[in-house]
Amino acid sequence: MTFEIPDFVPIIPELFLLGMACAILVADLFIPQARRDITYGLTQFTLLGTFALTVILAAPETRLTFSDSFVADPMSDLLKSVVLLISAAVFLYSRPYLQSRNLHKGEFYVLGLFGVLGMLIMISAHSLLTLYLGLELLALCLYALVAFDRDSTVASESAMKYFVLGSIASGMLLYGMSLLYGITGTLDIAGVTQGVVAAAAGSADHGIALVFALAFVVVGLGFKLGAVPFHMWLPDVYHGAPTPVTLFIGAAPKIAGFAIAMRLLVDGLGPLHGDWQGMLLILAVLSLAVGNVVAIAQTNIKRMFAYSTIAHVGFIVMGLMSGTEAGYAAAMFYVIVYAITSAGAFGMVLFLSRKGFEADNIEDFKGLNDRSPWFAFIMLLLMFSMAGVPPTVGFYAKLAVLQSVVQVEFVWLAVFAVLMSVIGAFYYLRVVKYMYFDKPTDTAPLPQGTGINVVLSINGLLVIGLGIFPGLLMALTAAAR
Amino acid sequence: MFADWPLLSLVIWTPIIGGLIVLFVGDRMPEASRRLSLSIAVLTFLLSLPLFALFDRSTHEMQFVEWVPWISTFDIHYHLGVDGISMPLILLTTFTTVLVVLAAWEVIQYRVSQYMASFLILAGLMNGVFSALDAVLFYVFFEAMLIPMFLVIGIWGGPNRIYATLKFFLYTFFGSVFLLIALIYLYTQAGSFAILDFHHTPLGMTAQTLIFLAMLLAFAVKIPMFPVHTWLPDAHVEAPTGGSVILAAIMLKIGGYGFLRFSLPITPDAAMALDWLMITLSLIAVVYVGMVALMQKDMKKLIAYSSIAHMGFVTLGFFIVFMIYNNTGDWQGAGLGISGGMVQMVSHGLISAAMFLSVGVLYDRMHSRQIADYGGVANTMPWFAAFFVLFAMANTGLPGTSGFVGEFMVILAAFRADFWIALLAATTLILAAAYTLWLVKRVIYGEVANDNVAQLQDLNRREFWILGVLAFAVLLLGVWPAPLLDVLDATVDNLVRHIAVSKL
Repeated sequence: MTFEIPDFVPIIPELFLLGMACAILVADLFIPQARRDITYGLTQFTLLGTFALTVILAAPETRLTFSDSFVADPMSDLLKSVVLLISAAVFLYSRPYLQSRNLHKGEFYVLGLFGVLGMLIMISAHSLLTLYLGLELLALCLYALVAFDRDSTVASESAMKYFVLGSIASGMLLYGMSLLYGITGTLDIAGVTQGVVAAAAGSADHGIALVFALAFVVVGLGFKLGAVPFHMWLPDVYHGAPTPVTLFIGAAPKIAGFAIAMRLLVDGLGPLHGDWQGMLLILAVLSLAVGNVVAIAQTNIKRMFAYSTIAHVGFIVMGLMSGTEAGYAAAMFYVIVYAITSAGAFGMVLFLSRKGFEADNIEDFKGLNDRSPWFAFIMLLLMFSMAGVPPTVGFYAKLAVLQSVVQVEFVWLAVFAVLMSVIGAFYYLRVVKYMYFDKPTDTAPLPQGTGINVVLSINGLLVIGLGIFPGLLMALTAAAR
Repeated sequence: MFADWPLLSLVIWTPIIGGLIVLFVGDRMPEASRRLSLSIAVLTFLLSLPLFALFDRSTHEMQFVEWVPWISTFDIHYHLGVDGISMPLILLTTFTTVLVVLAAWEVIQYRVSQYMASFLILAGLMNGVFSALDAVLFYVFFEAMLIPMFLVIGIWGGPNRIYATLKFFLYTFFGSVFLLIALIYLYTQAGSFAILDFHHTPLGMTAQTLIFLAMLLAFAVKIPMFPVHTWLPDAHVEAPTGGSVILAAIMLKIGGYGFLRFSLPITPDAAMALDWLMITLSLIAVVYVGMVALMQKDMKKLIAYSSIAHMGFVTLGFFIVFMIYNNTGDWQGAGLGISGGMVQMVSHGLISAAMFLSVGVLYDRMHSRQIADYGGVANTMPWFAAFFVLFAMANTGLPGTSGFVGEFMVILAAFRADFWIALLAATTLILAAAYTLWLVKRVIYGEVANDNVAQLQDLNRREFWILGVLAFAVLLLGVWPAPLLDVLDATVDNLVRHIAVSKL
């Protein structure tokens, strides 16, 4: 057996991120609390540096390395770039919150960076083992982050829930993977595909085992994405976690979750499309119904967004379900749009909060138009984008997914989805109603000049900018498939 | 010189960008934002005039066409163009917007720039709806329109505004999502999102029926038809005057426009098979809703119901085509109903705008819309009374006013189809006269009812000009409808020839 030196070029961004995260972990020990902004600056430098490396090294062809366990392709380049940019925005939104609540510690950034690394590995996984590695790296960081405010009992409780349910999900996924390994004899995703084709053509026993493996994999993915009926952790975690952590969980990890669904179901188990289509169909229908209907009853905006996330996951799963290249591209477009919008919406909650006031009730948005017409307008755009009303980008995301579903003759599903969107529109409109039609009860001035207002504005305008010119991002997602 | 200009883009984007600028001028300088808004509205109106002047009346082809690729992945284009049925509606939009901006001059004091900006952006979006030739582009404008209207009713509306505006938004949103599915389905059949391609896509009967019903949901809510009309009275009553005017004058017309641009040419066979449904619903709107209007105590509600009844006339005119053909075997004569419906739409745009503005004039002074609070207004506001009576007469369809032309054409068309339908449709002449004249009697004539009425001031110069211009337009269209009919002719003719050919 000879040892080949692997090709390091495709993995340079991850290596850079890993190195910097370790360096920041050590450096932070020697930085006094008053100078914590240095850690923050280094973190942003790392994320943007990784982003730059990803963009520079992006190439239109598929590159495999490390014995084919790591892949860089147009999809990974695109998704990684978005994850890195959104994570940078997330840290920016979070800093004032952390500072004002004595949570501004180096660990937040280091855990965050390792979480981002986990996401990147998930996106680039080309072997069941790499995939699991990335998933667990992300999950462990998130568990710790949810419990980051250690004096908060609510946060600790949600962290515990998250940990237990997340572990079950990981266990399911791992079990499914082990069955797959048993059937196909390989961990490599391309190898799994060949093995599955061979096994499906072989004896009936293998067929049953394959469906079992598939079921476990889908359950695991369902947990990680937060699709009904595996969504129980989501509202509690969103609600209980400190808002910056909710923001972190709510935005980028959805992209990573989408990526592993693509790698596992589409790339790995593509030949079983007929089997997983039905499973995803059930997940999509239930997610759309439960997410939209239950969100109406919420008074806490974080919880409302949690249920709205479930509904959006329903749309993403719908795109995957269609099983066409257009459907995958549509789902990818949707998940990117969702991550951008969700980052903006939680960013707005962070922006309005201050020490002793979390701004996490929907009523806290009362009269925002009187306090700041500009940010009310930004939030208006974000809400209409989530509701899928043109000319915001959320509409095109829904359009693309619906189109892929109609293309494969699931017209009834499309009708069901839009009906649920009408129900969904109600609770987004309610936020707009509080902002525009009610008088403010809270008259504290909004924070000035923290940089957050600039980025938040860009984030909000992106929603309408991409809505007027959606062609570029659509072309990118189509090319990535 | 105008022939080479991208006129349609200009009438869409001038008010939208202008509205955004007004938004940024902000509320600190209300006077500046008023003036700026008026200039933008007038500029847009002027830009829309060449559309009428340079319009080639001899062809049904799309004119002033613009075509730029937009979303290449889905073959969606920024494709604009107008024909005889959309061009008059664009003119109506730009004209009404000027009036709405003027009407808000002194009345709106809270967040002036946001109010003005909403209406300017709305005007641009509505022009977009009328000129879009790409289905997705159409849908984007169609839906985006809801956002400013939602805010207008919710922010500047009456006491029950939140209920009304949510109802308005959700009703319309509910209707239009079915349109979206239908459009996506058509895309899978036609291979492009171009509306004109949809017109020539062969479709089976089941598909046509489902598409027709999906579109019916969208446009019936918008126009609105019985039984999905209930959002309109609520929205009208709670909306500020400008909101009511735009709702009645333009937004309802988008439903009618949708029938002509989408339902009839895309699904002619389903429309023929289901014309009994459309005619029945239209007649219910004319007769039943007309009676409902009689019973109203609130002036705005009365006009809202009268709008629904008049829109029933429009849909009757559109869908009677097939019956005329079955009866006479002549497609050429069948277009009369469609032309009549179009004239009725334009005329109702003017008259309902005038009626709502008149009620606005009274409301600004008395802060009441209840008929019972008025009486004998003619004694204190003679000029106003003169205008109001004129518009009321036009609303009843008095010859010499624009209301007459459309109603007459539709009733004539109905006679060609079936005597009994014509008879029922003609009851509108009695019902409309009853509720409108009774309104006039109770509000305008009689003794001065109370001290508040006794202290009323007559129209100021601004109000006089607004109502005066509308009165002129109503009379002009009434005695000389030829310019409008000329514009319609070729297009309606082509439409009728198109729907005569089965797509099965």
